[in-house]
Amino acid sequence: MSSPGVAQPALSARPRQGRLLGGVCAGLEPVLGVPVGLVRFGFLLGALAGGFGIAAYVAGVVLLPEVDGPPAPTRRRDPIELAAIGLILAGGFLFCRASGLWVSDVVAFPGVAAAAGVALVWGRAPERTAILAGRGGPLRIAVGVTLVVGGGVAFLAATGDVGALGRSLALGAVIVVGLLLMGGPAVGRLVGALRTERRERIRSEERSEISAHLHDSVLQTLALIQVRAGDDREVQRLARRQERELRSWLQGRSPGSAATTVASLVGSLVAEIEDDHAVRVELVAVGDAALDDRLWALALAGREAVQNAAHHAGVASVDVYLEVEPQQAALFVRDRGKGFDPASVDPDRRGLVESIQGRMTRAGGRAEVRSSLGEGTEVELTVPRAP
Amino acid sequence: MSEGGPEVGARQGGPAPTDDATGARTAEGRPQRPESVNRPRVVVVDDHQLFRSGVRAELGSSVEVVADAGTVESAVAAVEVHRPDVVLVDVHMPDGGGAAVIRRVHRDRPDTRFLALSVSDAPEDVIATIRAGARGYVTKTISGVDLADAVRRVADGDAVFSPRLAGFVLDAFADGGGAASVDPELDQLTPREREVLRLIARGYAYKEVARRLTLSVKTIETHVSSVLRKLQLSSRHELTRWANERKLL
Repeated sequence: MSSPGVAQPALSARPRQGRLLGGVCAGLEPVLGVPVGLVRFGFLLGALAGGFGIAAYVAGVVLLPEVDGPPAPTRRRDPIELAAIGLILAGGFLFCRASGLWVSDVVAFPGVAAAAGVALVWGRAPERTAILAGRGGPLRIAVGVTLVVGGGVAFLAATGDVGALGRSLALGAVIVVGLLLMGGPAVGRLVGALRTERRERIRSEERSEISAHLHDSVLQTLALIQVRAGDDREVQRLARRQERELRSWLQGRSPGSAATTVASLVGSLVAEIEDDHAVRVELVAVGDAALDDRLWALALAGREAVQNAAHHAGVASVDVYLEVEPQQAALFVRDRGKGFDPASVDPDRRGLVESIQGRMTRAGGRAEVRSSLGEGTEVELTVPRAP
Repeated sequence: MSEGGPEVGARQGGPAPTDDATGARTAEGRPQRPESVNRPRVVVVDDHQLFRSGVRAELGSSVEVVADAGTVESAVAAVEVHRPDVVLVDVHMPDGGGAAVIRRVHRDRPDTRFLALSVSDAPEDVIATIRAGARGYVTKTISGVDLADAVRRVADGDAVFSPRLAGFVLDAFADGGGAASVDPELDQLTPREREVLRLIARGYAYKEVARRLTLSVKTIETHVSSVLRKLQLSSRHELTRWANERKLL
């Protein structure tokens, strides 16, 4: 399995999506930096050149591993590069032709035309089922089909007489029409059935995805909660984490995605603390903004403040309020815990307070701590927004 | 939903309803007002039996839970029979949820007050329930003491804002009305209301807000009720747009 961010292997792999046969050409596309249509065209030409292309293709199927996921995006080459590649290919074939590694011209040139047509029709299509979806649409297909038909006619014209061809074309057309009339309704029903089957499959895939998720997360957590039934802190921690996870899943957020805004960053930092300290942190965020250095500092200082409260205040819940305005951003961390007398702070706690203050000062903001014994503590952090 | 909301809110937000609707009730020998002020009579509406009995236990003796109901139908019937001071409604129920109960009951009993109780943090749910006529919104993780407190507050005609609801309102009214505002009085918050909401969002209780701003608790309650009225009556299209946008985050 390859995932985004992991380096692609130096050699290629055959993707399961977006391929026509074995995926060799689709897999070579990113390596060669040539559109897949050209790669296919090259293989077809090679196949005509004494069957070399077929052997190369089979070797590709055997040697290259299969992977899930669409092929990596192609590095597009400029037209001059493409022309150069085309000339090299053409030169190769002329060489093959001169040296006798060649089926007769009668086969080769119509074959090249037909291959070019096929490449044109399928080359840019993202999927086999959507030939119309690629760039250029109908025109591209018309040109491609003309090339294929023209190649076929040329081949027949060179090998037999065209009059016979005309008669057999008419015969072929009659047979096709007859078959369509007889089989049409049946085909229609078949297509309908396939569509229904496809819908059913999608639905059952969705269901199994949901059930897989519930197994992984909710049932797992419920089992853990039963095991830990005596341990209140642990049970609460488990339940809270599951709640968070389920909420973000329901909202369609992926759990691992990196935070890009200050509200999502504070959210994920706070979630870590909830997990580590078995404390409930109520986060209310008003406004949001993309992260910059100052907002990073605000969020990190806020984390220390929440951690501090979770550690020392002796409370089950902490309130965090984030407010992002055009001129400034503010973060309030409040607990109703035992509080402390700011005049006589124990050294441990002072260290934390100073680290928060230092962080905020460096970011051009400020930190204010209000606390008194028995009344709880509130830390107020503010930074100006970048002009 | 919003056609029902505004009128309803106006009646609730205004002075105590005159006795034309309540005349029949005293004839039936319902406990007189002084007693019910001390112990509000409550109907709990939630589709989970487990949760209903949990709330009963949590509320303890400080309020009187007269009935509970698991569907919109039975909730409407229970309100008819028991005429509670406060109905605790779940936002999400299979047959329409709290907003449906509120809308149906309000037609006949405009003096019944509603407090929404939900696991949902989704702004569109919260705003919809408030605009249907609920006097407040609390999450289901609230402690029993706090819940009883909230019920009493709603019974007295005040509004109950959780920190989250306060945050929603600040966010929704953030741009201060704008030029397209139809009714500036309804479409923006005063600086004082903003200040009060900000403190609530920071986790301050009304009493603490009052001390911080050196105002009386009564004044704070007035400010919050006025914010509730704006939330219910404002025709700001930003409110809906905001809720829908937040849904996508």
